Amino acid sequence: MAKIFNKAKKAPRYNPAAKLEEVMTGTTVFNVPFPKDLDALKDMSPIVIKHPYYVEYLHSYGQDSPFFAGLANRKILGTRCPKCDYTYATPRMHCTHCGEETNWVEIPQEGRVHTFTTCYFGSEEFLKETPFHLVLVEFDGVDTLLLARLIGVDGPEDIRIGMKIRAKFRRNSQLKPTDVYFVPVA
Amino acid sequence: MRPVYMVSGGVSKFEKARPDATFQKMVKEAFDYTMGDVPRLKPSMIDGSVGSYFSDHFTRQLMAGIMATDYLGLCPKPNKRIEGGGATGGLCFQGAWEAVASGRMDVCVAFGFETMSHVQTWKGNEFIALASDVNFDYPVGGFYSGYYAMMVNRHMHEFGTTVEQLAMVSVKNHMNAYANPYAQKRKKLTIQDVRNSTMVAYPLTLLDICVMSDGAAVCILASEEMARKLTDRPVKITGVGTGTDMMRMADRPHGDVILAPNEKKSDYKNLKYPGVHSFRAGRSAGLQAYRMAGITDPKKEIDFVELHDAYTSSEIQTYEDLALCKYGEGGKFVEEGHPFMPQIDYGLKLKKKGTIPVNPSGGLIACGHPVGATGLMQAVFAFWQIQGTIKKHYGFPDLQLKKANRGLIHSHAGTGTYVTVSIMERGW
Repeated sequence: MAKIFNKAKKAPRYNPAAKLEEVMTGTTVFNVPFPKDLDALKDMSPIVIKHPYYVEYLHSYGQDSPFFAGLANRKILGTRCPKCDYTYATPRMHCTHCGEETNWVEIPQEGRVHTFTTCYFGSEEFLKETPFHLVLVEFDGVDTLLLARLIGVDGPEDIRIGMKIRAKFRRNSQLKPTDVYFVPVA
Repeated sequence: MRPVYMVSGGVSKFEKARPDATFQKMVKEAFDYTMGDVPRLKPSMIDGSVGSYFSDHFTRQLMAGIMATDYLGLCPKPNKRIEGGGATGGLCFQGAWEAVASGRMDVCVAFGFETMSHVQTWKGNEFIALASDVNFDYPVGGFYSGYYAMMVNRHMHEFGTTVEQLAMVSVKNHMNAYANPYAQKRKKLTIQDVRNSTMVAYPLTLLDICVMSDGAAVCILASEEMARKLTDRPVKITGVGTGTDMMRMADRPHGDVILAPNEKKSDYKNLKYPGVHSFRAGRSAGLQAYRMAGITDPKKEIDFVELHDAYTSSEIQTYEDLALCKYGEGGKFVEEGHPFMPQIDYGLKLKKKGTIPVNPSGGLIACGHPVGATGLMQAVFAFWQIQGTIKKHYGFPDLQLKKANRGLIHSHAGTGTYVTVSIMERGW
């Protein structure tokens, strides 16, 4: 198995299964057909309707809030356990190992790719951003990792486990974890 | 605790969409099939039920559990809903086991369902991704295929696993499903087909990943006394285990491997464990179940495995967690042919074909993954396999294993947060 098939072929292909994009809108109906014989109802095609559902949440970051305040001030904040010294790159206010309350600490802004992927598909909220690169970042002196976006590379072939990356911050904070993202170190 | 047996099982065919039926009707189809297979069981003999479905978003109906219960005619008997992400069905199976093992019930129905067709695939991916930390994970990636892709990239880096080895899992499971009429996808594929299909999250392609489905599954569990009355071929549940792990992949610690009875500390001198390449919850669940069932060398003492292959990569990672091979050897394990069915031609050269068939049904990759039903579907397929009734239920004998006295079922939630393992054995 020497040959590697890492990427979809670029050569032109015919696709007899091609389809027009489906939209989530139906037709306004004024009249629904109905049989005289009720026994025929069991064969009736199901009625499928569109039902939008929108919710506005008042989402609290709770005890994680200082992390987002940190991002708005160009700092990555993690937490450290005063008892066992375990350091979390993704903060948690209580140590999972000993239960102690942790303290906020600043995490280095340069790290390495622990692992990565390039997403060509996604959930609805992020579809328009595809393809995007995800990395788990490892930092010296820190025990756990941080999930972040990597930019400044074209595709997965440009990303290597162990490669050095550094943090950049959005100038206009959105108070989201994507306020920090990473780029390759030149 | 007292001994618990499975006496019957049934599934609705898993399909991309079932606009003709609500979830209650799908559960009823599986339930009626299940009851039909054990005619000595009268509805009055059922003491209660446990129901499972993953996401309220998919049904847009809270308390759907009671609606299925009343449709089945199981009111006013006890029922509760069980939920644990992808492992929902496996947890439900064990919930019914607990009801019978504790003596609370003599006959308990476990039912599960999911109706994922009610939204488009990208919206479904969003609902599933909401089962990741919404402070730190969902807003960054929001895509479980991406999370698993990161895990397997690290696995490939640590152990040299290849994308062709991943593809072999897809070829195997789609081909197994070819003779399973309940499966959603029945395809003869090559390694090239898998690698050339659309890239979803590098290195996972469309054919490395299971699909969303509508479907339901039902199992009936009973005490020893009732099992003997109800069927001539009861299947005994001899081991159960459940493991958990941190929700955020980024938090997975580095420590020592939890050793299986057939492993030594020196096997894993330099391995940082579990990291993001292995599922500690899967190992924990497996070892609990092995201990309870008295299994010391699973590869020799288990005849087949139905495991949670939401991704080809997670099937390979799970071989290792279940100690079917050592950590790091999952890729080699599939390449050598161990998890393939001995009697089926896959169009591949396999040196050690069929030493322990994995996913003889076709698994999630080919059967589909209506989340709340999946873990119960595995129990049903394993039950038929042990009973030797595959031909009766599938209409074809192709997938019946000659030796299927003891099987393992395995259910797994997001990046390995909840994992269940149950051991099922011939009980007659």
